Amino acid sequence: MTFKLLKRAFNSSSYRSGPQVCIVGAGPAGFYAAMHLTKKLKSVNIDILEKLPVPFGLIRYGVAPDHPEVKNVINQFTKVAQQPNVNFYGNITLGKDVHLHQLRQHYDAVLLSYGAEEDKTLGIENEDATNVIAARRFVGWYNGLPSDKDLKVHFVHVMLTYLAEQQLFLVKEMLPLDVARILLMPIDELKKTDITEHALCALSESKLKEVYLVGRRGPLQVAFTIKELREQLKLKNCRTIWNDKDFIDVDKIVPDLPRPRKRLTELMLKSVNENQALTDDDQTKYFKPVFFRSPNKFLVDNNNHLTGIELTCTKLVGDKLEEQRCVPTGEKDIINCNLAFRSIGYKSVQADKDLILKHGVVENNKGIVEDSAGLGKLYVAGWLGTGPVGVILHTMGNAFQVAKVMLENLSSTDNFNKGGFTEIKKIITENNSNVIDWGGWEKIDKFEKDQGKIKGKPREKVCSVEKMIELAKK
Amino acid sequence: MFQTALKRFLVLQKIKPFHAPVSSQIRKIHVTSNLRHGEYEWQDPKSEDEVVNITYVDKDGNRIKVRGKVGDNVMYLAHRHDIPMEGACEASLACTTCHVYVPPEYFDKLPQSEEKEDDLLDMAPFLKENSRLGCQITLTKDLEGMEVQLPKATRNFYVDGHKPKPH
Repeated sequence: MTFKLLKRAFNSSSYRSGPQVCIVGAGPAGFYAAMHLTKKLKSVNIDILEKLPVPFGLIRYGVAPDHPEVKNVINQFTKVAQQPNVNFYGNITLGKDVHLHQLRQHYDAVLLSYGAEEDKTLGIENEDATNVIAARRFVGWYNGLPSDKDLKVHFVHVMLTYLAEQQLFLVKEMLPLDVARILLMPIDELKKTDITEHALCALSESKLKEVYLVGRRGPLQVAFTIKELREQLKLKNCRTIWNDKDFIDVDKIVPDLPRPRKRLTELMLKSVNENQALTDDDQTKYFKPVFFRSPNKFLVDNNNHLTGIELTCTKLVGDKLEEQRCVPTGEKDIINCNLAFRSIGYKSVQADKDLILKHGVVENNKGIVEDSAGLGKLYVAGWLGTGPVGVILHTMGNAFQVAKVMLENLSSTDNFNKGGFTEIKKIITENNSNVIDWGGWEKIDKFEKDQGKIKGKPREKVCSVEKMIELAKK
Repeated sequence: MFQTALKRFLVLQKIKPFHAPVSSQIRKIHVTSNLRHGEYEWQDPKSEDEVVNITYVDKDGNRIKVRGKVGDNVMYLAHRHDIPMEGACEASLACTTCHVYVPPEYFDKLPQSEEKEDDLLDMAPFLKENSRLGCQITLTKDLEGMEVQLPKATRNFYVDGHKPKPH
């Protein structure tokens, strides 16, 4: 309590002399930028605004529940947020509660780091069928993202996961294997994670037997990482069945590959060649990667329920491995399935009307978006500026880089007289009186951990915004 | 986790670490890291016998000499001395933010990396033959005089104009 009072005292007096920085989006990009700024510029005041009442973005809602160690980064972010010159303001939506021009009017710098939340679509026939689902939303569903908690997933016998369009093979796309692993993992193991209760119930009732992973290029172009593949191959009661034909001559290329690709391909080849001496029983589930197939259309019944997917066979042409193109062969193939996940990448949304997005990202030069006289400089970091590419390390690197540019600009002047959140608060309270501060989040956090303790898991996430607000306001 | 703890225990006992069984053989799913969180590295060496001098070379080429001790973790030691080496996952082998290069003569003295570390290094940008994760290096007397270099680019390659190549 004393700490909070002290913090408030600091905010209203001495810290007003430094630059006022606003960060929009409390995910890894925003927190890493805040970390760098506070480390290098002691006089800075940072306000982190977040659409949800809770912080951490994709660390909380994207990282798979069985990867708790990846979430350790939350400890560092918490330390950042607890500094007296950093404030968290949750449940504030840019473009709705407050507008970009208002933020720029009252802050010396505004950093947008709200990520990429919209999934790309295939644009093929029957994509609106029941049970054709964006992998991203499924992840939100099992991780307790409020906007995805009511997602309708009908678990039925055969499943299919569709992996990455060609251009997204550039990307270390994590989701498909995460989804496959969660679908195939024994419930007893899932139970001990912070997966949401509704997902656990639905998954424990699922009669799922097979998961296909379809990609339009070959084994040498896969986008998953070796870490994820190894986890998949080690799953209990699950057999991975590859198509031998996809691996013809692959072993001859292996010695010439760069190390990461080489080790990944070797692991696949080892798995292909392994005479899997597993005895199948009725508990056994199957994971079937399918290469050189591109979706042509979804097949549906009279009720618009998914029944299968028609695929066009593809091949790679071109001599150089890196420059091979994927072309259709004319042959068709059908996989019968009742559930399909689409995972071909994301794009960012235009949160504010003043923001210009091109190809799903905010155009920028080393993080600088716009610099016009009288207004706070506008910056962008993380997936909103780079596109949805890379792992946490890439986001960290980008956020540090952008923060460095911000520091250079902020250090060139010492005339700071912007009102910061004091002014913004006046604007916000007109439409929204439920701003959640860090203390509010700590209450939610404690509640979740207490609920988790009862069930023997790290936490049971609160999945409704209303409930979060209620807890925070207690 | 257990392996690292064991290694550290052995180091403290001044016994040369041996290769513990590959930990991947043991299924590790819901492990909570029981590693120390860097408190040990804040203790000064108790005697000269313990001292291990190493140098960190940051991404701008600055050389920072550090007086460490047997049993120190290279990542946590860097944190103590404000060397810009991250460690997002707190040494639980879930990220690559503490990627370093180790000169060949010292690289060979380190216990061989385990599968999990190699898998992660594969994701690290600017991977080299002598790449390791700082959080997996524990100081021993053998490492006296070692220089570890931080990669040039944990900065943003996309903004910097580097174009990631298709796989």
